[in-house]
Amino acid sequence: MSVAQETPVRTQPATPPPQRRNGRWAGYSHLLMARMLELKREPEVVFWVFIFPLLLALGLGIAFRNKPEGTVSVAVVQGAKSAQTLLQKSPQAKQFKVQVLDAESAHQAFRLGKVDVAIEPGANGTFTYRYDPARPESVLARAEVNDALQSAAGRKDPVPTKPVSSSEPGSRYIDFLIPGLLGMNLMNSGMWGIGFALVDMRQRKLLKRFVGTPMRRGDFLLALASSRLILMIIEVGLLLAFGVLFFHMRVMGSTAGIALIAGIGSLTFGGVGLLTASRAQKIESVSGLINLVMMPMWIFSGVFFSYERFPAIIHPLIKALPLTALNDALRASILEGTPILHQWPRLLVMILWGGISFVLALKWFRWT
Amino acid sequence: MPTAIECRDLRKTYDGKVEAVRGLNLEIQAGECFGLLGPNGAGKTTTIEILEGLLAPTSGMVSILGHRWHENEREMREWLGISLQETRLSDKLTVRETIDLFASFYREPRSTDEVLEELQLTEKADAWVGKLSGGQRQRLAVATALVCNPKILFLDEPTTGLDPQSRRQLWDIIRVFQRNGGTVLLTTHYMDEAERLCDRLAIIDHGQVIAEGSPPDLITRLGGHHLVEFLVDGNGGDGAQDAWRSLPSVESVREDDGLIALNVKQPHLTIPALLEAIERQGGKLQHLTTRQASLEDVFVRLTGRHLRED
Ligand SMILES: Nc1ncnc2c1ncn2[C@@H]1O[C@H](COP(=O)(O)OP(=O)(O)OP(=O)(O)O)[C@@H](O)[C@H]1O
Ligand SMILES: [Mg+2]
Repeated sequence: MSVAQETPVRTQPATPPPQRRNGRWAGYSHLLMARMLELKREPEVVFWVFIFPLLLALGLGIAFRNKPEGTVSVAVVQGAKSAQTLLQKSPQAKQFKVQVLDAESAHQAFRLGKVDVAIEPGANGTFTYRYDPARPESVLARAEVNDALQSAAGRKDPVPTKPVSSSEPGSRYIDFLIPGLLGMNLMNSGMWGIGFALVDMRQRKLLKRFVGTPMRRGDFLLALASSRLILMIIEVGLLLAFGVLFFHMRVMGSTAGIALIAGIGSLTFGGVGLLTASRAQKIESVSGLINLVMMPMWIFSGVFFSYERFPAIIHPLIKALPLTALNDALRASILEGTPILHQWPRLLVMILWGGISFVLALKWFRWT
Repeated sequence: MPTAIECRDLRKTYDGKVEAVRGLNLEIQAGECFGLLGPNGAGKTTTIEILEGLLAPTSGMVSILGHRWHENEREMREWLGISLQETRLSDKLTVRETIDLFASFYREPRSTDEVLEELQLTEKADAWVGKLSGGQRQRLAVATALVCNPKILFLDEPTTGLDPQSRRQLWDIIRVFQRNGGTVLLTTHYMDEAERLCDRLAIIDHGQVIAEGSPPDLITRLGGHHLVEFLVDGNGGDGAQDAWRSLPSVESVREDDGLIALNVKQPHLTIPALLEAIERQGGKLQHLTTRQASLEDVFVRLTGRHLRED
């Protein structure tokens, strides 16, 4: 370090580089950009947030699609073959998929749910229907088969009737499902995208490092929330577009209304996620906490099936859950076009959950 | 010279039990490079994080360039460049994006390219942080501290895990920073680093300063002047240590795995007497070296063993 050995003073560049200056929002915009880049570069995030819900919708939509005609499956036991002839002669013949089986395989097929009803020979040329009163499609099949047999054998209906079939988009399972998946997805990505991400940064001491700079803490949280909203638009857009293109779903409500509901839902779960992340030091503990919070809502909030199936006495509790409010609001808006103003109780439920969580989270939050 | 960092009677007790810092005083002048030395668990990281305003002390006073933490935090943060002992920066951002992100928090940061150049990361500017080697990450951590054009640089074990060349490069960077008027507070486990880089040192153990001064000053005060180390065959029993101590000019005796080290003021007086004593005992000299005492000798003498198991 002796002065004599130092290199001679270099000539200064003609114009020194202009001093870099940051404006008020430089930190925020860099934080947001960094967050978006990280998400984009994380293949798991892209899969779980965007692809997985589409696969789920596709799989469930196909499995529970409304059955086309001709799918009442009937087993005819060998001794009752005349039933098969009668069914084929009947005006509804197209509806039936008939298999002739021996008594044992017929029973087996019925037990496994491969056929909805089995026609067995009874005494003196009568037929016996084997059906399961607990299975709606079995009950239906018995009635249809009976109708067909009787009219083929010459029964005349005293009142003439004419069926008109109608399967409107809007009332199918897929129509019920897609808003539910939207809600669930917004919950998942809000809780993980905020809660998990924060604890991960805390565990990596990155939060502490950020706090060691003049970064505004509010800007940091704002950037996190903004990244959630941007992701929300993509999530909701993709899933709805998918429903419209693949399942000819009809979206009744306005785009702005749906976006508002989804935005509020997203921020609500962001707030709850922030609360779960306020103290946890390890990602293992926050993962458990997040699952614990989400579990009741997966079950009760009507994602895959309506919560009307639960006893009426707990409905008020179920409706107080934020995911129920979000799902109900999304369904009403998407399927029925209910105006946003009529949905205020649901929005209020969400805002309360999100707001209270946010305030508590800020009170308890640990940056280090 | 104005005081850059000052703390008085600093104490930190974690969870009401672990007394990590117990009454620590430091006064670091502007333009100084000050080193904290101490065994694992001595309280260096705790101290430096309190000074950085990242950890609240249980009691005591901290002042940075004459300001207190609770008064003027945002403004004070503009002055400090920090590298923590362990931060894992985001793996999926590139080196340049990471430095730009940190630069964006400050009012008047330096140019990213200049900092990349200085830390020899230009080649890796567009690589993801996750793909960097340990040493490159360490340099990136220092880059995020330097990009803000700080007045004071806090570096907690900045060279741990670096290869010798990278360490020397980092020393150069620190020297340049200091020459331009910056103040540096660093912790290290490398004695050569402390000896060459730091103007002054504090050796910390059990949360207290046990010695303070410039490296040469510490060595002459506490390390003795010379060390005579030797190995003898069949050297006799417990009495031997006393025999060595009574040799002329010997100040202290240490034994390390059979190797005996004498702390000596004037080796030309000690060595003839030593040879004579060995001959008298009927021992056979296996090995003999003399060297100048180093900082490591001071450190080991003050803090006991090289590594502690607690
Ligand atoms: N968050 C914490 N909670 C409880 N105890 C802690 C915490 N952080 C540190 N300690 C304890 O405080 C003492 C000092 O720790 P510190 O990290 O300051 O040591 P150090 O000198 O930096 O050690 P090293 O050289 O290993 O980095 C240790 O006994 C440690 O166990
Ligand atoms: Mg440490």
